Formats: sequence, C-alpha cells, structure tokens
Amino acid sequence: MADAAIELRGIDKSFGAVHANRNVSLKIPAGTIHGIVGENGAGKSTLMSILYGFYQADRGEIYIHGQQAAILTPNDAIGRGIGMVHQHFMLVHNFTVLENIILGAEGGPLLNPSVAKARAELERLERDYGLNVDPEAVIEDLPVGLQQRVEILKALFRGAEILILDEPTGVLTPAEADHLFRILRCLRQEGKTIVLITHKLREIMAVTDNVSVMRQGSLMATRRTSETTPEELAELMVGRRVLLRVEKGEAKPGELLLSVRNLSVRDSRGVTMVDDVSFDVRAGEIVGIAGVAGNGQTELLETIAGIRKALFGTVTLNGRPVDLTGEADPGDLRKRGIAHVPEDRHNMGLVLAFEESENAILGYHRQKRYLKGPFLDTEAIRQDALEKIRKYDIRPPDPRLKTAKFSGGISKRSCFRASWSRILKYSSSASRRAEWMLAPSSSSTSV
Amino acid sequence: MELLNTLVFLFDSTIRLSVPLLLAALAGLYSERSGVFDIGLEGKMLAGAFAAGAAAAVYSSAWAGMAAAIAVSVFLALVHGFASITHRGNQIVAGVAINFIAAGSTIILGQAWFLQGGRTPSVGSDARFGAIHLPLADAIAEIPLIGRLYSDLISGHSMITYAAFLMVPFTWWVLFRTRFGLRLRAVGENPAAVDTAGISVAWLRYRAVICTGILTGIAGTYLALAQNAGFVKDMTAGRGFIALAALIFAKWRPVPVMFACLLFGFLDALSIRIQGTVFPLVGQIPVQFMQALPYILTVVLLAGFVGRAIPPRAGGVPYMKER
Repeated sequence: MADAAIELRGIDKSFGAVHANRNVSLKIPAGTIHGIVGENGAGKSTLMSILYGFYQADRGEIYIHGQQAAILTPNDAIGRGIGMVHQHFMLVHNFTVLENIILGAEGGPLLNPSVAKARAELERLERDYGLNVDPEAVIEDLPVGLQQRVEILKALFRGAEILILDEPTGVLTPAEADHLFRILRCLRQEGKTIVLITHKLREIMAVTDNVSVMRQGSLMATRRTSETTPEELAELMVGRRVLLRVEKGEAKPGELLLSVRNLSVRDSRGVTMVDDVSFDVRAGEIVGIAGVAGNGQTELLETIAGIRKALFGTVTLNGRPVDLTGEADPGDLRKRGIAHVPEDRHNMGLVLAFEESENAILGYHRQKRYLKGPFLDTEAIRQDALEKIRKYDIRPPDPRLKTAKFSGGISKRSCFRASWSRILKYSSSASRRAEWMLAPSSSSTSV
Repeated sequence: MELLNTLVFLFDSTIRLSVPLLLAALAGLYSERSGVFDIGLEGKMLAGAFAAGAAAAVYSSAWAGMAAAIAVSVFLALVHGFASITHRGNQIVAGVAINFIAAGSTIILGQAWFLQGGRTPSVGSDARFGAIHLPLADAIAEIPLIGRLYSDLISGHSMITYAAFLMVPFTWWVLFRTRFGLRLRAVGENPAAVDTAGISVAWLRYRAVICTGILTGIAGTYLALAQNAGFVKDMTAGRGFIALAALIFAKWRPVPVMFACLLFGFLDALSIRIQGTVFPLVGQIPVQFMQALPYILTVVLLAGFVGRAIPPRAGGVPYMKER
C-alpha cells in the first residue's frame, strides 16, 4: 500500500446525547479516490468536518502524510493541504466567482494585485483540470454544477493536495455528476488524494479505488472497490441483508383521487415556474415528478399543498374542487388527507428548537387524541412519538431531543414519518378519504 | 441675488446638518455590512458627544474631546459586539439597551460632574473644531457665482465636515478594494463561507463594530464641538435613527448613503429656513409640521419609493456553526 495521505486513529466525537463518531480509525493512501459510505446520520460528515478542523474530536489523532497534525481550525487544515467541498456550498451568493475564490487567500491587504494574480492562477487551473467557469460571473446566476466547480477551484487555489467532497452529487443531474467524476479522475492523475462522502453506491462503484463503510458512528470495514459488490456494501451499511432490487408488486391503481388541470404558478419575482401542468393520481399509486432542482417541482407541490397560490388551473381532490387560486388553506387540505413533506425541512418542515415529540404532532395538534380539554396532553404526545420512533427507526430514540440535533437524513425521516403515520391512519379509517403524500424526490435517498 | 443668497444659505446649512447623519450612517454601514445590525448608533453618538463636551471642557482641547468621544463610543460598540457576537444575543435588544444607557448616563454624569443640569460647560473657540478657510476663499469671493459658491459653500466648514465627506470615497475604497472590505462584505452575507475559508467570523465582526464606534464618536464630537460649544442633553435628537433610515434608503452603499444624508439634511435645513414664512394660499406653515417633515419623508421613502432594500443576508443573525 502506498504512503498514507490521511490516517485517523481512534476518532471519537459526541454532540450531547448523539454519539456521532465512535473510535474511528482509517488510512487513506495518497493518490487515490477513497469513498466513505453510510446511511444518513452514520457520522460521515462529522468525521470529515473533524478532519477539516470545523469540529474538534473529543479523542483521537490525525496524521497527514505520516506526521501527526493538530487540526483545530479550518486554517490548520488548509495549511496542511486539505480542501473541502461542503454539501451546502460555502459561497457568497452575490460575489463573483473570482471574489469567492480569493476570499481568505487574498495574498495582500489590497484587492487589485490579489485579483490579478488569482486570475492567472485560475486560468492555469482551468487549463490543467478542464474546470471552466467565467471568473466574472456572479454565483447566484450560476447553475449548481458550476457552483460546485467553483468550490473545487477554491480548494485547488489554496493548494489542496487532499480534497474532501461531502455528498457532491446530491444537487447534480446525472450528466453533471459524470462530468464531476471525470474531473475527480483527472485530479487523481495529478496525484491528488480525494475523499468522497456519499450514500449512493453507484457512485462508489463508478469512481473510487477504496471504500470505507460507516454505520451508527463506527467504521465497519474498508474494502478495495474492485473486490467488493454493491450488495456487500449495502449489507455493511445497514447491518443486515438488503435486496437492492426493490420487490415491486404490480400497481393496482384505484379510483381517481387527485386531478390537476392546467395549473400555472408564478413565483414572487413573477417568473412562471409551473406552466400549464395537468396530471391525475389514482389511489395506490406512487407518482414521481422528475426534473433538476429549480424547475418548478417545489412550486408545483407547494401549490397543491395549499402553501402557494396558483395563477390559474383547477385541482380536484376526491371529486371535490380545491380553490388554489384563492385562499387555499394548508390546514384544511391536511384535514382532507393531503400531507406535504417539504423540501426545505429546516425552514418549512420542522421547528428546530422543538422536541422531536412536539414536531411530530405539529399541524395535527388539534386532534382530540393529543388534547386534554383545551391543553396539550404531553403524556399522550410523548407516547405517540415513542411509538413512531420505534416504528420508523428514528435515531437517537429520544422523543425529548431537540430536533436541531438530528442529522440531515434523520430529520427528513422524522418529518416524513410524522406525516406518513397520519396517512396510515387515514387509510384505515372508514370514510376512505384520500391519502396524499407530497414528497419532493430530488433529494431523496437512493441505494 | 436674493434667490442666490437664499440658496447658498440653504445648501450651506444642508451640508452642516448632514455631517452627523453621514458619519453615523457610514458608521452603521461597517457594522451592518458585517452582519451586525446596529440600532444603537443614536446612543453611541450621544455618549460620544458627551465625552467630547466633557473632555474638551476639562482639558480645553478639541482633540482631547475627540479622543474621549472615540474611546467612549468604541467602548459602547464593543459592548454591543460582546453581547451580539460573543454571546449571540439579540442585536436589536443590545442596541436599544445602549441607547437607554447613553440617554440616562450622560445626564446623570453631566449633572454630577458639572452641575449645569446635564449640560457640559461651554468651551471657548480653541476647544472647538472651528471653521477652516480654504486657500483663495477670500481672493476669489468676488467672482460671481463660482466665487460665491467656493467661498461660502465649500470653504468655511469645520475640519470634521471635510473629513466626513472624504470618508465616503474612503469607505467605498475599503469596502470594494481591500481584503478587509471583501471579508467584511462576505461575513455579512454568508459567515459560514468565511469560517470555512479559515477566517475568524468573530474577530472580523469585532473589527467592523470598532469602525462603527470610531465613526459614531466623530459624529458625536461634531455635534458637541463643531455645531455647538458643549454637550446639551439629548442633543442627538434622533439623528442616529435618521442615519439608520438613510443607510437602508441607500441600500447599504457608501455613495448613495451620502446622497441620502444630504437629502435628509436638506429637509432639515428647509424646515428651519421656511419657518415663519408666509406662503400664498396656505399661509404660514406650522413649525411642528416642518420639523416633522424629515421624519414623515423617511417613512414615505422607506415605505414606497426605495423599492426593495435587501439587507446583508446574515444581518441580525448571530453566527453558529451548523452540523
């Protein structure tokens, strides 16, 4: 095995009750692409944030190229040639590409000389790696694929030899993802070491040399990609045998439940986001709406959920019309059986300062089962939350934990399950009311 | 000639009246561009004015006054920073607290130290920032129009006035042409980007509020030692808030800030000028209405005419690392 670019020994990290990393030891050889896979909340991002100096480990040591390194701040990491492309891009939206790249690595108190030097360096990087971006473009005008390229350039500009990418393909189209992989291979050829965090096995198999699997904060195994299979990795990820092929029975669509006709929606800027869309959904169906983020899926779902006003169009729910052009009330629609799992769960789905159990009933808090006279029945609410935690494997299993402490994937799950159990309930009810889930698929997990 | 006299007089007082607004608005610009909203400009300016008046009276020196004003005002800015940066407190509450502390303590200390009902003793002309006569002002005063404009409008202001207007291009340069400015703008929009780039968010924001403290201190000095000859209680009279309005009106950009402050200064000057003047049809406009005019205009401008003023995205939000 070649010289280890990164070696982690016994890394341990807790956030309050959440034990994010348990005694993780890992060697990553120089000049390779190393994948780290695991379910949401397995501790992959935390581990890499520790390596990048964003958090400090409670215990453990980090060695970079064989030398022990005290990485207390991102500056220490940058100084040792570590660069990171975060899942949520760390870019200033109203700055130009060039300004974003030099931020923090200006090279002098005045901007003009730094900008001139950076421009030359940028041209070299673009030539060497095929990372073409207009340096004068403003970030918010760029598609996400290009924004990601800016993040990679940012790291390379700082002389990164080790590049960490956290869930880089979540926001990309398949074509953009393939382009990214070509860039990564090119970087490997130049001798860079790349760490790729993902939960998508397809990507691991496509681009990595070695792969480590994490589960519940522990590192389960490290394999050569060429000597492993997606089945084995999936099993290591979840700890039991998994069928990668989803056993799907023939769908048996029932009666017509939701009917959307000629729906058009404009956003706050007056741009038409949904243009004359019509479709039907029958009982017992899963309907997918495909498209790259930002092409109106969010707006479409939000309109049907009653959060956004439609410009025109009709929506019929269970044979009765919904007035979406006027004051459609999400609460009323919820009573009629629509549940909406929002894309941006931190802002729309959950109140982060609330306990898990409180979030679980939000929007359904007027139901009798949660009330004791005019007051909330805390005991019943906690019991209800515990039941859901068991049923849907929400970790850590503590109904009183603040939602902010859940990891990204888990918070989605808890938000999703909160609505889901409602649907199960409705479907068993005698009135056979429509049961609707609106869940954006753009960021959903796929194994 | 009568009209010219009136106009020159009007514009001259416009400049005088807009100086404290301009300094306070530029002060706010540094802080708010870094993501720390500062409603305490008023209080810092008032405390600065008191410190300037008190120190100038005791040491008979205008410069001692300014030094004291800057020291006190920077101290209050650091208190604001300590509450809202280090302890992630609510920036509005911290700012309001500073306003109250300044309003109360200046009167109490003034009474305790000088026994003049909260005033500081009047200082002589050597302890004030007096008018500076620019070269050639007298020589070309006789030239029609240009001479008049130069000698009466441009020349004859205090040093602080010239400094305040020079601060406009200087602030622009700092903001858009220096490393500090780039980081300052970045931290007000996306502190996480700054943090991951290996720059300390807290230290950057502290430096921004120190800039704010220096400028509000100078604004206070202007009120006490250039416009007046000492501190009078509540002498800022809401200028800190008008400056804040000008800052929003100008969408946090230095050059528009100057024009916004000149506009508010002009309204103030106009209200003084036309007091007691009888107009055809309307007759005499009540003094109260004229005094309220700048404030009414602030509301009207902010409510409708400015369009959407987009504040720095991270403004008002304490920075916390996310998981």
